[in-house]
Amino acid sequence: MAELNISERQAGDVTILDMDGKVTIGEGSIALRTTIRRLLSEGKKKILLNLGSVGYIDSSGIGELVSSFTAVNKEGGTLKLLNLTQKIQDLLAITKLLTVFDVFDSESDALSSFE
Amino acid sequence: MNKEKKEINLPSRLKSIDKAVVEATDFASRAGFSEEALYAINMAMRESVANAVKHGNQLDETKQVEITLKNSSEGLEITIRDFGEGFAVEEIPDPTNPENLMKADGRGILFMKTFMDEVKWSNHARGGMIVKMLKRR
Repeated sequence: MAELNISERQAGDVTILDMDGKVTIGEGSIALRTTIRRLLSEGKKKILLNLGSVGYIDSSGIGELVSSFTAVNKEGGTLKLLNLTQKIQDLLAITKLLTVFDVFDSESDALSSFE
Repeated sequence: MNKEKKEINLPSRLKSIDKAVVEATDFASRAGFSEEALYAINMAMRESVANAVKHGNQLDETKQVEITLKNSSEGLEITIRDFGEGFAVEEIPDPTNPENLMKADGRGILFMKTFMDEVKWSNHARGGMIVKMLKRR
């Protein structure tokens, strides 16, 4: 089984990525990077990352979230985060990135924020 | 029963990171560390071995990462040695400075310091870096 499974669904013009597994150095980080680059190449620039089933993330994974955010912004899009586990929230606090990302607990609130 | 000390040598490839993490957390679990401590050990171990494999040994599989796990009266002592050129830890930029916030890397050392009670870096007399980390019970 892959380290990280990413399922894609569409809610209007927002692409939601349901992520399940680990975002760590190597396979998990690369899977996220590849998916984000592909969405941008398809012109999908409103992206919501659902991290509710991500049980583990390391500094490489945090770095990949930052790179994804930057890549999407550069294309004039927006990347937001949904359903952070307490552990991921703590890591974003430690790294002072909580203020960088728009973070939501509710999918409908997150989707409304893109409008 | 938990052995008091374990030595592991791993080749410098990314898959060794997971292996090292499993070894360390199993060792710590047998030594009776809490779930919270096991998560912290997992995080710090992953970052330190990733640094040794990627930045120290530059993913050169002919170079080993030498790991020692020791269950002492102080807690869990972890030593990780690589065979790279070394670095000055004080010269690593603070990833929480606003100018560094959006950089893709440079957070591993912050995580190691956050999750362990002590982290010390030194240069080995015969080359390479040594990281010593302590997690108290």
